[in-house]
Amino acid sequence: MTTHRQPRLAARREALYAWAFVAPSLIGFLVFFAVPSIRGLLMSFTDWDLLRPAKFVGVANYVRLLGDADFRHALKVTAYYVILNIPIQTMLALGMAVMMDKFSKSTIIRGILVLPWLLPNIVVALIWLWLLDPTMGFLNQIIMGLGFQRQPFLGSIDQAMPTIAAINIWRHAGYTAILIYAGLQTIPKELYEAAAIDGANERQKFLGITIPLLRPVLVFVLVTTIIGSFQIFDTIAITTKGGPVDATRVVYWYIYEYAFVRFKMGYATTISVALFAILITITFIQMRYFNANSSDLD
Amino acid sequence: MSRAQSGTAPTIQISSILAWVAFGLVMVVTLFPVYWVLRTSLSDHKEIYVQTAVIWPVGLTLDNFKRVLGMFTAEQSVAMGGTVTGINFWLYLRNSFVVSTFLVAGQTFFSAMAAYAFARLRFTGRDQLFFFYLTAMMIPGVVTLIPNFILIRDLKWLDTFQGIMAPGFLMTPFTVFFLRQFFLGINHELEEAATIDGANIPTIFLRVALPLSIPALSTLAILQFIATWNDYLWPFLVGKKEAVRVLTVALAIFQSQTPQGAPDWGGLMAGTALSLIPTLVIFLVFGRRAVNAIQFTGFR
Repeated sequence: MTTHRQPRLAARREALYAWAFVAPSLIGFLVFFAVPSIRGLLMSFTDWDLLRPAKFVGVANYVRLLGDADFRHALKVTAYYVILNIPIQTMLALGMAVMMDKFSKSTIIRGILVLPWLLPNIVVALIWLWLLDPTMGFLNQIIMGLGFQRQPFLGSIDQAMPTIAAINIWRHAGYTAILIYAGLQTIPKELYEAAAIDGANERQKFLGITIPLLRPVLVFVLVTTIIGSFQIFDTIAITTKGGPVDATRVVYWYIYEYAFVRFKMGYATTISVALFAILITITFIQMRYFNANSSDLD
Repeated sequence: MSRAQSGTAPTIQISSILAWVAFGLVMVVTLFPVYWVLRTSLSDHKEIYVQTAVIWPVGLTLDNFKRVLGMFTAEQSVAMGGTVTGINFWLYLRNSFVVSTFLVAGQTFFSAMAAYAFARLRFTGRDQLFFFYLTAMMIPGVVTLIPNFILIRDLKWLDTFQGIMAPGFLMTPFTVFFLRQFFLGINHELEEAATIDGANIPTIFLRVALPLSIPALSTLAILQFIATWNDYLWPFLVGKKEAVRVLTVALAIFQSQTPQGAPDWGGLMAGTALSLIPTLVIFLVFGRRAVNAIQFTGFR
């Protein structure tokens, strides 16, 4: 009798323990991830200033979003930032990773490279705000020392966004390089030896072996850095606050303004839902296009 | 063979010299801004605006640090180009420390419990639930930010430590995922031996699985500690009040209060230098492990 009952009892006890183990995380998941996601979506169909009760307005916010020239501008500015940021950062990182792989596997070098990524965004922004100060910043002292005109950097409409992109490249290039470097370690060295025997030169080996086999890592890096770039906020909050005029008024800053300066919670969530939709689409296209999950090694 | 080697040797040398020059350049560009924080914070507050092109600290002094740590009176501080409102970085350091420590402790422990259940225990709905957790990993923070702010406001938790810590205290999808991967990778045998000895599941978890996971847990805790320490927007939204203000928020507020034309760079950089200490300490102590852990996050 006990022989067939005991396993079932044990299984039931195991399941009970399992739910008890999962319970705290499940509460956290439901309260701060799942429910807020749904609530955010629902809020986007309302008009709500936090003082009076929320008013259901149907798709009015979405209709308004389609005709919102400021939103289009914010999207354009954000895209400009991503285009300035991602290609340079990824190329730099790839170059550094290949060089580390070839010349030095020292943890100290990797440690130094990743250091900027460990610093708070706020701190990075402050440091560069000071280094790039139009009158007293050290960089302008060098530029003038070399006989050029001083540059306004963050103070000018034309230079503000490229400057912010440069700051974030400084913070992220080393981190990205380390991810790519880790990917390089997974490529079997025999492949290079075989290619060398077949008479392949460095360039052919790089394009024929390294890049194809690195594809999953590169796709991962691109997906995460692009998603991150679309959500740039901290650096702008410290350096330009969306200015000069609206040269750096990116989508995230636009959402922040609507939610926490104008207290238009309904419209703010509408913009964030739109941003989410854009990010999902980009990710999906990237995964599809690059066939992310299979390396040519398989 | 030997002829081919001697033929290629000089080119390898030239390219390796070029590579080390490039490494050097990258190191300088990476480290110089951090050095500039130290240089500015150790300089005399008036000289900072005059000797703008001098590489080393001008008029070496600790006054900037003393000022942001509240060791001068308000009048003295104003006379030194500071702001009228008292700035007390001891308090902000403590707040950052409290928030990061408690948040990471809760997050790591509860995530480990969940991860253990997902990796080792059998229960209906396990794989579906884990799939939901994974999906949440893809939802960007911007979607949950506003609803979570409203929730904290409705709970009357604005300007409290629990308000700042709540969203990440019980889990993040990433920590559960990271630890589940880890538990899947460790050997069952000790746990099975404990089961045969009659130990129950909580005992096995606390006495066998957790001690085996100390390296993974501490690695994760280091990464999450730094991430929490660095966080800005969330603590800014829910914890502006001085009593719970963390360092990043304090620095941003300090910067916004400093005069537009001539910001208090001495004070700002001293505050910045203080905010770098824990990251640098963690980094020096756990350097290799931190670097390896960061590499691992690339494959999550």
